[in-house]
Amino acid sequence: MTPVEFFTDLFNPELAFLPKALAVAVMSSIICGVVGCYVVLRGMAFIGDAVAHAVFPGLAVAFVLGGSLVIGGTIAGVITAVLVAVFSQNRRLKEDSIIGIFFVAAFALGVVIISRAPGYAGSLQQFLFGSITGIPDSDLYVVGITGLAVLAVVFLLHKELVAISLDRESARALGVKVFWLDLVLYVLVTLAVVISVQTIGNILVLALLITPASTARLLTDRLSVMMVLAPLIGGASALVGLYVSWSWDFPTGGTIVLVLTVAFLLGWFLGPRHGLVGRLRRGRGPLIDDTGALAPADGAAVLAGAHANVPEPVDGGRA
Amino acid sequence: MSAAVAAAPALSVEDVSVELGGRLVLQQARLSVDKGELVGLLGPNGAGKTTLLRTVLGLLRPVGGRVAVEGRTAKPGRTALGYVPQRHEFAWEFPICVADVVMTGLTGRLGLFRRPGAAEWEAVADALERVRMSDLADRPVGQLSGGQRQRVLVARALALRPSLLLLDEPFTGLDMPTQDLLSALFVDLAREGRAVLMTTHDLLGALDACDRVALLNRSIVAVGTPDRLALDPAPWMSAFGVGPESALLRVLKATAR
Ligand SMILES: Nc1ncnc2c1ncn2[C@@H]1O[C@H](COP(=O)(O)OP(=O)(O)OP(=O)(O)O)[C@@H](O)[C@H]1O
Ligand SMILES: [Mg+2]
Repeated sequence: MTPVEFFTDLFNPELAFLPKALAVAVMSSIICGVVGCYVVLRGMAFIGDAVAHAVFPGLAVAFVLGGSLVIGGTIAGVITAVLVAVFSQNRRLKEDSIIGIFFVAAFALGVVIISRAPGYAGSLQQFLFGSITGIPDSDLYVVGITGLAVLAVVFLLHKELVAISLDRESARALGVKVFWLDLVLYVLVTLAVVISVQTIGNILVLALLITPASTARLLTDRLSVMMVLAPLIGGASALVGLYVSWSWDFPTGGTIVLVLTVAFLLGWFLGPRHGLVGRLRRGRGPLIDDTGALAPADGAAVLAGAHANVPEPVDGGRA
Repeated sequence: MSAAVAAAPALSVEDVSVELGGRLVLQQARLSVDKGELVGLLGPNGAGKTTLLRTVLGLLRPVGGRVAVEGRTAKPGRTALGYVPQRHEFAWEFPICVADVVMTGLTGRLGLFRRPGAAEWEAVADALERVRMSDLADRPVGQLSGGQRQRVLVARALALRPSLLLLDEPFTGLDMPTQDLLSALFVDLAREGRAVLMTTHDLLGALDACDRVALLNRSIVAVGTPDRLALDPAPWMSAFGVGPESALLRVLKATAR
């Protein structure tokens, strides 16, 4: 299918779900791209993963009760974010253990709840891997307004979020409320995840947070540039991904993630400063990162981890 | 050394006891630092040096005693304290330039939702000038050497124009010329009327540069001018838990002459 045909399909009233899916996918990618910059720079990928799993019981409850998925997911995600923030104040257990405990428990709860609903397997698959059909008009507004709110908070608290990311103790000494800002950041991550789950799916949403921001980090040493590049990369990948998935009838979430990954690899090889090509041209070894910038291997490992987490119940079990 | 002019010293730690994880880490520590004075805080690993600094910053609440900065109890964000943490506490891989890092020193003062204006950028420029890093203002911090990073952290603390500066092991991992440069800077900062307290494991450097030296091991074992303390091995043996034949005391004896 040519891009022109894709374009006409977007305006075909019979295919009204398609422009809606495009709008939601692009908005989600933009918001995840911006919030993802903090996630990547603070090495919070695990928290992003946790929240992505934790919204699941909320989605399940909303689905069973026939309520709004976005609201259900937000409530569950925020509860988990608060629990993680509070429990991780106790230094006796490391943060990742706490998160591990809560997100697996939340995910398990979601699986149990949704198994009560009729059409269990189909809806589970839809949650886990995303779907471009069946987005209600109201979600368009919810996603748009939530997205604007998230961006506004990021804009207003940017200075503080940077200060606590650089050096928590000094920020605390300066009177910055570190705990509350952590909480705000977790909630922002939750909101970004929740609005993206519909199209991308629960399992793959982590890529939307991590990959565009990591790609942007490879291309620049300036945070402001990174926070513009990441949503651009995310939004463009969502557009291309949806086009490819529509043309070849691929699953949308997976296709978008693969496009994001291709963009990341391009950045890795062709990036001006940290890219392999640039390094070779300057006659330096490719593997030593002079600025200690995010080692791209980290991002890749995170994503590999996310895929390793794919649970099996889609077609097995009680379906 | 420089006499206290004002009634209250810039920093006074009055019989402070601090508990961490249920153990008494500081026990009735007592120390005061005057304006214009550079004081070195020496002690073995785990002596409580960092704990003392964090208590002064108001990050830890003492179970006994009181910390007063210019006569008033210090509160995070309320008191203009400059804090220079150990270099590894800072996320150097963050994509941010030197001047922007120094600006984060003003985050608390600016308050929520306010953006830095001309006055703030001027304070940042002054602080960078002070540590002679103005020409690197636009450099990403990830590309700096250890000595340059240390100076960035000092500039960030100076942006607030504090009357009391706390430095945690500023010399660790730096070569001698860089250490010299930094201790000259700290002496200058003190002479300009600030009170400067720094922890260090570099005994010789501290004895050379500081106006007074305090030996800490859970409580302050001894305080005095380098000349006087270097002559008396007893407090060093007790603070560092070493015998009379130790290298530490030999070095000390060498400096005393
Ligand atoms: N969060 C904590 N919980 C419990 N104990 C702690 C904690 N932090 C430090 N301690 C203990 O308090 C004591 C003092 O620690 P502190 O970090 O102040 O020592 P220090 O003098 O700065 O040592 P170093 O020279 O190694 O930096 C140590 O015995 C340490 O084990
Ligand atoms: Mg220490």
